[in-house]
Amino acid sequence: MQTAIAKYRPMIARSQSLIALVVLCVALSLLSDKFLTVQNGFNVLRQISVNVCISIGMTLVVLTAGIDLSVGSVLALSGAVAAGLLKNGIPWPAHDLFIGFTLLGTIVAALFVGSILGLFNGWVITRFKVPPFVGTLAMLTIARGLTMLWTKGYPISGLGPKFDFIGSGWLLGIPVLVWICVLIVAAALVIVKKTALGRHIYAIGGNEQAARLSGIPINRVKIIVYTIAGLLSAVGGIMVTSRLDSAQPNAGISYELDSIAAVVIGGTSLSGGRGTIMGTVLGAIIIGVLNNGLVLLNVSPFWQQVIKGFVILLSVIVDKMNTKEA
Amino acid sequence: MLVAQNIGKRFGGVIALNDVTIQLSPARVTAIIGENGAGKSTLMKILSGVYAEFEGRILLNGRELTFSNPKEAQEKGISIIHQELNLIADLSITENIFLGRELSTRWGILDKKAMRIRTAALLQRLQLNVDPATLIRDLRVGQQQVVEIAKALLVDSQVIIMDEPTSAISEAEVDILFGIIQQLRTEGKIIAYISHKLDELFRIADDYVVLRDGCITETGKMQDVDADGIVRKMVGRDVTRLDQDRPRTAGTELLAVNSLRLYSGNRHILKDISFSLDRGEILGIFGLMGAGRTELLECILGLHTGSSTGNILLEGKPVRIRSPREAIRSGLVLVPEDRKKDGMIAGLDIKTNISLSSLPAGLINRNKEIALARHYMGSLRIKAASHAQPVKNLSGGNQQKVILARCLATNPKVLMLDEPTRGIDVNAKNEIYKLILEAAARGLGILAVSSELPEILAISDRILVLCEGRITGKFTRGAANEDDILKTAIPKTI
Repeated sequence: MQTAIAKYRPMIARSQSLIALVVLCVALSLLSDKFLTVQNGFNVLRQISVNVCISIGMTLVVLTAGIDLSVGSVLALSGAVAAGLLKNGIPWPAHDLFIGFTLLGTIVAALFVGSILGLFNGWVITRFKVPPFVGTLAMLTIARGLTMLWTKGYPISGLGPKFDFIGSGWLLGIPVLVWICVLIVAAALVIVKKTALGRHIYAIGGNEQAARLSGIPINRVKIIVYTIAGLLSAVGGIMVTSRLDSAQPNAGISYELDSIAAVVIGGTSLSGGRGTIMGTVLGAIIIGVLNNGLVLLNVSPFWQQVIKGFVILLSVIVDKMNTKEA
Repeated sequence: MLVAQNIGKRFGGVIALNDVTIQLSPARVTAIIGENGAGKSTLMKILSGVYAEFEGRILLNGRELTFSNPKEAQEKGISIIHQELNLIADLSITENIFLGRELSTRWGILDKKAMRIRTAALLQRLQLNVDPATLIRDLRVGQQQVVEIAKALLVDSQVIIMDEPTSAISEAEVDILFGIIQQLRTEGKIIAYISHKLDELFRIADDYVVLRDGCITETGKMQDVDADGIVRKMVGRDVTRLDQDRPRTAGTELLAVNSLRLYSGNRHILKDISFSLDRGEILGIFGLMGAGRTELLECILGLHTGSSTGNILLEGKPVRIRSPREAIRSGLVLVPEDRKKDGMIAGLDIKTNISLSSLPAGLINRNKEIALARHYMGSLRIKAASHAQPVKNLSGGNQQKVILARCLATNPKVLMLDEPTRGIDVNAKNEIYKLILEAAARGLGILAVSSELPEILAISDRILVLCEGRITGKFTRGAANEDDILKTAIPKTI
C-alpha cells in the first residue's frame, strides 16, 4: 500500500489541481441540484473566459519569472478603444475628415493597442532593467488614465448586434467566448510545447544567466512574452465589452489578482521556470466553479472572498509540500 | 591553543579533507598554505562553523567545541573574516558590529548610546578614525575589513581566521592591517592567515601549515624556509600526462586575441592580453584566485562589451562579438565555471538542456531533438535513465557532460572551458579530460581555464599563466613543470 502511494505520488502531485476540481464539483453537485446542469456548466465557462484569456498571458510572463500587473487596465483601454472606434470612429474636423471603422477594423485596432502597451512593458523591463513588478504597476496606472481620457469617464454603450455576438452568441452549440478561449489555449499550448520560443521561456525562468550564456536572446523573448500578455488582455477587453454591450471606464479593476490566482492555483511557480498552460486553465476553472457554487449555495459575497483567499493559500501550500518531497 | 583533530570532510564522492590535524598556538600567526583546491578553505569553514558536518573534533584550550553555524562558533571564540565581507552596506558601523547581538535597555528599546560608545572604543583600539555612525557603504574596503575585525573583538574571539584579507586593499591599508595583526598577536590571539602572496606571509606569519590534496604535508616555522621551499612543498605530485602523441595539425591559426583590456571602474582587470590558438590545440590558462581567468573567457564571449577593448580574429577575420548569442553564432562557446549558477537549467530535463543552444527558431522537431540528446548521451557517456530525466538528479560529472553536450551541439570552432572539472570526482574528471582530447582531435581549438595545476599539465599543449590581469608566463607542454608555473602565477608585490 505504502509503495503504491509512493509510486503514484508524482502523478498525484502533477494532477493535484484536477483532483481538487473533481472533489469540488462532486461536493457542489451533492449540495445543490442546480450545479450539475449543462446550462450552469456553460454559465461557468462563459464567466471564466476572460480570466482564462488573460491568465494564459500571465502564465507566460510568470514562467519567465516576471509578473504583469497591468492586464486589467490594458483590458479596459483596449475594450474602450474598440467601443469608441466602432461607435464614433475618428472625426478629424480640421481636415474635414472622418475615419469610420468596420467591426474587424475595431477589433484589430483594439488588439494593436493591447500589444503596443505590452511591448512597452517589455521594452521598459529589458532596456532599463526595471523590475517587472514596478514597470507593469506603472502601466496599470498609465493605461487606466488613458482609458479615462478616451472615455471621458463615461461608459460607451450600444455597440450593435454584430459586436454583441462575440460576447453572447453561440456557435455549434457552444458559446463564442468559449471558442475564443479554446483557440487561445490551443495556440499557447503549441507555443509552450512545440516551439523554440516556449523552450526559451522556461529556460529564462529556470536560470536566466545560464540561458544567456546558452545564446538565448533574453530581451527579445521577454519583450515577446509581455507583448503576448498585452495582446491577450486586449482580447479579454473585447470579450468584456461585448458581453456587457458597453465599455466601462473602470472595467477590469483587480483582474490581475484573479489572473495571478489562477496561475498560482494551477501550480505555476512565481519564481519562474515551472508551470503549465493546462494548470492555469484548471486554476481559472476552479476559481470559476468556486464562485459559481458559493453563489448557488447563497453564501454571502463577503464570505466568498474569504474562502477564495484560503483556497489560494491551500493550493500553494500543497504544491510546496509536493515539490519538497519530489 | 586551538587543536583540530583528525578532521575529514567529503562532498559527495570528492574527499576535500582527509584526516587533518593542526595546532595553532596563541600569540602566533600561522600561515595556511596550499594550491587552489588543496582544502584550505574547507578547513577554515569547518573551524568557523560554516560547515557543521564533518569528521573529527575541535578543541580550544583543551575543551571540545561544538557549533552548528558561524554565529555559534563566534560566541565560542572563533571568528572568520572572509574574502567577501559579510557586512550590510546600508547600515552603520555600530549597527553592523552589533548585528544579532544588539544591546537593549530594560524597556526593550535599543541602547544606542551604549553600543555607540563600545563601537567607538573598538575602532579606537584598531586605530580606525571614523564616526561609528558612518554607513559601511561609505568606507573603503580596507576600512570595512577593520570593521569585521572589530566584530570579532566585540565577542572577544580568541581565534581569528583571515581568508585572503589583502586581496582587495591598497598597500597603505595592508600596512595598517599588519599593524593590527601584530597588536592582536601581542594580545595573545590565535591567528590563522590564508594568502597566496608569499612575501606577505614572510612579513607577518610565524608558523606555517602546508595542505595538499586534503592532507597536511608539512608544518614548521616561517624563519626556517624560503619562498622556493614553500612553492616546492605546495606542489610535488605525480602528474599523469594524458595522450602524449595526439595527432595535431599544428600551425593553422584559429583564434587570435590582440591586446585585450578590461576595466572595472578605474581598476584594470585584464591588461593587454594577446595570444593565439591553433586548430586542434588545447591552450591551458592557469592563474590563482583573482588573476582574471574567468573574465578573460567572458570577454571573448562578449559579456563585457562596454568595458573592454582589444580585437579578436577568428580564422584570420576580425569578429565583433557583443553577446553570448553572437559568440555562439561565430563558433565560440563556453562551459561556465559555476555549473549550478551559470550552466544548467536544473529543473528541465537532459534533452532540453542539451538542445538549448542549437534549437532553430519556430517549431521543434521532437524526433530530431531526442536523436540529438541520444547521440550526445552516447558519445559523451552520460549516465542517466533517459533523456527525460531532470538534470538536477544527475551527478556532478554527468551534469558537466550535459553542458558540454549543449556546447558541442552548436558545432563550435572554439570550445572554452572554465574549471571543467570543478567539484566532480576523479573518475568523472578523467572522462572529461578524455572528451576534451577527443574534441581537440576533431580540430576544435580549446581554451581551458583551470586553477588546478595537475589538470592544466595533464591536458594542455601550451600553457599561459595569468597573474593580476597580465600574462606572466608561457610554457610549452614539454617545458612546463609545477614549480615554474606556480612561481610565475604568484604576485610579486603586495
